[in-house]
Amino acid sequence: MEAPLTIPGFSRPLKNHEMVVNMGPQHPSTHGVLRLELIVDGEVIVDVIPHIGYLHRCFEKHAEHMSNYQQVIPYCDRMDYIAAMNNDLGYAIACEKLLGIKVPERVEYIRVIMAELQRIASHLLAIGTYGMDIGAFTPFLYCFRDRERILDIFEHTCGARLLYNYIWIGGLSHDIQPNFQQKVVDFCTSFRPTIRELNQLLTYNKIFVERTANVGVLPADVAINYGASGPVLRGSGVKWDLRKNDPYSIYDRFEFEIPIGTGEVGTVGDCWDRYMVRVREMEQSLVILEQAAANIPSGNVQSGIPKRIRPDTADLYVRTETPKGELGYYIMADGTTSPYRVKVRPPTFVNLSILPAMSRGSMIADVIAILGSIDIVLGEVDR
Amino acid sequence: MKEVLLNLLGNEVLVYSLMTLVPLLWIIPFALFAVWWERKIAAHMQDRLGPMRTGGWHGWAQTIADILKLIQKEDIIPTAADSRLFTLAPYVVFIGAFAAYAAIPFSAAYVGSEINIGIFYIIAVSSFAVIGLLMAGWSSNNKWSLFGAMRSAAQIVSYEIPIALTLLAVVMVVGSFDMQEINKAQSGSVFNWFIFQKFPLLFTAGLIYFVASLAEVNRTPFDIPEAESELVAGYHTEYGGMKFALFFLSEYANMFAVSVIAATVFLGGWNSPFGEFLSGPFWGAFWLIAKAMGFVFVQMWLRWTLPRLRVDQLMYVGWKVLIPFSFVIIMGVGFWVLLEG
Repeated sequence: MEAPLTIPGFSRPLKNHEMVVNMGPQHPSTHGVLRLELIVDGEVIVDVIPHIGYLHRCFEKHAEHMSNYQQVIPYCDRMDYIAAMNNDLGYAIACEKLLGIKVPERVEYIRVIMAELQRIASHLLAIGTYGMDIGAFTPFLYCFRDRERILDIFEHTCGARLLYNYIWIGGLSHDIQPNFQQKVVDFCTSFRPTIRELNQLLTYNKIFVERTANVGVLPADVAINYGASGPVLRGSGVKWDLRKNDPYSIYDRFEFEIPIGTGEVGTVGDCWDRYMVRVREMEQSLVILEQAAANIPSGNVQSGIPKRIRPDTADLYVRTETPKGELGYYIMADGTTSPYRVKVRPPTFVNLSILPAMSRGSMIADVIAILGSIDIVLGEVDR
Repeated sequence: MKEVLLNLLGNEVLVYSLMTLVPLLWIIPFALFAVWWERKIAAHMQDRLGPMRTGGWHGWAQTIADILKLIQKEDIIPTAADSRLFTLAPYVVFIGAFAAYAAIPFSAAYVGSEINIGIFYIIAVSSFAVIGLLMAGWSSNNKWSLFGAMRSAAQIVSYEIPIALTLLAVVMVVGSFDMQEINKAQSGSVFNWFIFQKFPLLFTAGLIYFVASLAEVNRTPFDIPEAESELVAGYHTEYGGMKFALFFLSEYANMFAVSVIAATVFLGGWNSPFGEFLSGPFWGAFWLIAKAMGFVFVQMWLRWTLPRLRVDQLMYVGWKVLIPFSFVIIMGVGFWVLLEG
């Protein structure tokens, strides 16, 4: 008789009726090059073992070897490449705190507008691909159509559509164009109806609700224990948003709500709740955008950029709320012109670690639904 | 039509070959058109244009170009695959789809084979595809393909039952398995179509048939066997080139087959919606194809609107919703027919 098969990372030998299947790294629904080792009993998941690192690009090592602090920003872009503005913002704020400088008001407003536009763009992609994971193809293209308009605004401002290198330490790479405010306001007014359309087409679709409600339930205590953040944490009903709880930039000046999962169609903390938190966050981002776009003060966006960036020996941790959750930068400065160490706490890496706990006992199709509801970006998981 | 050809050619083998050729000559242009049509429908539902370049006018030649590409591709059989089964599977699937066309009456004058158990035959041969799908999934030696094959076997076998039961309701009303008899029973006016008869029993039967037929041909929301976001492509993951094209062709052939059966059994078949006006052998074929195309359009429409069910939910819908309702319809129609004498 053959010895029972043992799987590294799985606590016991396989039983006869259990099977290992590899999902990824080439799989349309792992959102990049994630590899999941599924131990299945028929269609039922016994365990999931995620394997990461296929997109590892040594971000942290690169950051240590740049000749100055500014040069790290393009690498920050490439971590969460669908929310590059938010990554840059976190790094810029961290460096500004190291240097002890304050940026002009105009810069703060433009940064908030950019970050919120980027949040909408990122959530649109998350929602669109989530619909596709569940099998609905059309909402994906509707989401991309609207995301395209945000990218157009970015392109109009800084010339780039995906990796912007726009938010610099102490300022911005370009000032906004004269009709920028109008474009943002136009986007806000025309985007609200399309959220309604999206809700009709996908969110409250009977089949979509059947597939996502009561699936991958993440109780609040488990979410907190795993260190989850962002929509994954809020979907479990925990009101925690760094823009409110630990305000950075000028977020304390705006009035907005923090949407949380309510268990409207199922249990609190199921896939539908995490999805719905993203939809509601887009609405709240529109509220912030309208407030910010109406009040952009005049000024020079590059007047605050320091001539030489050489912070004294110090270390600090700065956290910001990206669309995926809490993005933390731990920067150690050693008195030279380049950082001694840049450690990143990526939200999706931490959120991904909950996947096995949520998936056990569900079906193969549910793993896809759960993974999609976490909204990972492998560029950020692997760095 | 058979008699005419027999007089003309005088050779039975030749006549039967010609008669078989008709569905084939219909399936291939239909599949070419339907693939293009589906891409156009999808595109317009999604604020896009779809293929626009190939062939000039709205990319009409796109599928022809695709087929030419597929023919030229290298015929790959994975090393670990069971090569004989692997090669055979697409043909078995296609034969299953193609054989159903033999008993479909395209008009009053043409039906491939005028057998008196037409519906029975169609239900029987359309299950044939399951064998091909299982062969494909098993011989690929790929766990994902096997998942797809097992899912599709479970799904098609389950959904055969509501299909058979709803068709049986109509058979009870007509009193014959013969497809031409079913057509003739619906002649006269629109209100003789079975969808409007024994209201609401046969209307519900029509709905159940349509839903179950979606599962039968693996269309959304029941496209679980090939669910591209879970199983990548299900049983045909390992196939490429012309073998893949055959799977694709049988999918579209099946789509049309179930639509044409729905049109024949519930929507009056080759009967004109205007009574005697615009009827006759040629117009009959026109009306039947138009009705079937309507169903094909709805199938495409659903595909680009709805998400996909999970495999256990699919079984739930089949066994706990459609089948009990079909039984109720059978009972109801039975009593109705009995009382009418």
